[in-house]
Amino acid sequence: MLALLAARFGDLDLADESVQDALVQAVETWSANGIPANPPGWLYTVAHNRAVDRLRRAAASARRLAASAHELTREPEGRQEVPIVEHTEVGDEQLRLMLLCCHPALDRDTQVTLTLRLVGGLTTAEIAGAFLVPEPTLAQRIVRAKRKIRAARIPLTIPADLGERVEVLLTVLLLIFNESYLSRGGTQTLRVDLAEQAIRLTDRARTLLPDEGEVEGLLALELYLHARSATRVDAGGELVLLRDQDRSLWDLELIRRANAVVRRAAARGPIGPFLLQALIASQHANAPTAADTDWPLVADLYARLLSAAPSPVVALNRAVAVAEADGPRAGLALIDDIDGLDDYYLLHVARGELLARAHEPSAAVTALRRALELAPSPAEQRHLHRRIAALA
Amino acid sequence: MEYMLIIGADESMPLPGPGEPGFEETMGAWAAYTRSLFEKGVFISGGSLQPSATATTIRKSLQSPPVIVDGPFAETKEQLAGFYVVTAANLDEALALATELPMPVGSVEVRPLAMRPDETGSPRPVL
Repeated sequence: MLALLAARFGDLDLADESVQDALVQAVETWSANGIPANPPGWLYTVAHNRAVDRLRRAAASARRLAASAHELTREPEGRQEVPIVEHTEVGDEQLRLMLLCCHPALDRDTQVTLTLRLVGGLTTAEIAGAFLVPEPTLAQRIVRAKRKIRAARIPLTIPADLGERVEVLLTVLLLIFNESYLSRGGTQTLRVDLAEQAIRLTDRARTLLPDEGEVEGLLALELYLHARSATRVDAGGELVLLRDQDRSLWDLELIRRANAVVRRAAARGPIGPFLLQALIASQHANAPTAADTDWPLVADLYARLLSAAPSPVVALNRAVAVAEADGPRAGLALIDDIDGLDDYYLLHVARGELLARAHEPSAAVTALRRALELAPSPAEQRHLHRRIAALA
Repeated sequence: MEYMLIIGADESMPLPGPGEPGFEETMGAWAAYTRSLFEKGVFISGGSLQPSATATTIRKSLQSPPVIVDGPFAETKEQLAGFYVVTAANLDEALALATELPMPVGSVEVRPLAMRPDETGSPRPVL
């Protein structure tokens, strides 16, 4: 609805304000008179009328201004009514809005906030709560973004070359998803589930961009990771490693959904970095036990991911998969070749664990002590203390 | 809409002078770029600036009379080196024009103009 009104009036801010007006009026009218037969139609009509009212008021005040200062007689551009958008164009309007929220001229925090607020329909309070940011800060961010969109005229258009823009969109959606996995303490029960929001938005992006395999890749990746969210942390709040998770608690329905998405995307190709990550997650999600994991295949997928999107963290993951497939020495050799991760605690955890398996307990303890110095959270530190005690 | 493309460059980077190798190519690339703006009908104005060492800044405040200071108003790694003012339908078009600038390194700030004087000197919003 917001996308439709934004397109119809060429003004995002106006559309947003009018939808808010309509929602407020709905609460009042519906509680007094009952819910109308066609609630979305009712909301659209009310929001549309509110937008026209606002424009009339703006035009009237512009006329008053013009009477005192001669120069402001021209009607603002882009505010003329356009014919109502055909139903088939609704998807396009949503895509325009999504791409606008993720426009590279807006900073990352703003992209995330606008996407959740305008595409996801969350309230400012809900987003503020989810990111543990004071609500006025967030409201200010939205006001500033809307001002920039209007003043710099960031367009509601779908560019001919979508590649770069889709990449930003996917980065924003992944950030929203990952945020739900960062334990930030606080009042968890009051927080909106950002993982579910991210999945919902990614699913919508997939509908709007049916030919982009990377959108499917991200959707499947999110579904696989979310399927095991119940088992990532135990009752005492301790992290549970993938191999120790109770797979009977994984959400089979989500895994089935992810499998269907991955199959379709992989059959069509090309296979980009998100789809490769989804394929890796798929190997874990579909293995009945940790021992059933097809490690040679996982190692091969990581090698492909490493050449598609080189990064030392991917190289580390590949080394761990190779160790599972070909033994700890093969993994250690690959770890020793990784540059730029000396301060990354998981590298030292992986080295320590592989050294332990290679029967070098004292070298393993040294590596795990280094990991302990770098470990970011108390849960991870406790885990490392236990491992060091077991090996020493 | 009108946008200013504000070109920032690191002045410590050596540039070829007249007669030196690469000079003709550099000048030719800039001329070609400016000509492309003419041909698209989007050029309003533009120019390059002398190095920031030639800048003089007047600082005005409510407490004291204007003070003349040697140098540019901000000492940063990149200095204002030149500018274009162009017309564009929206930010994406302006960003596309800015991306085509023939500079190998540096940055371009793209900013919409707010006001422009009419023939009587009164500011008019740029639409």
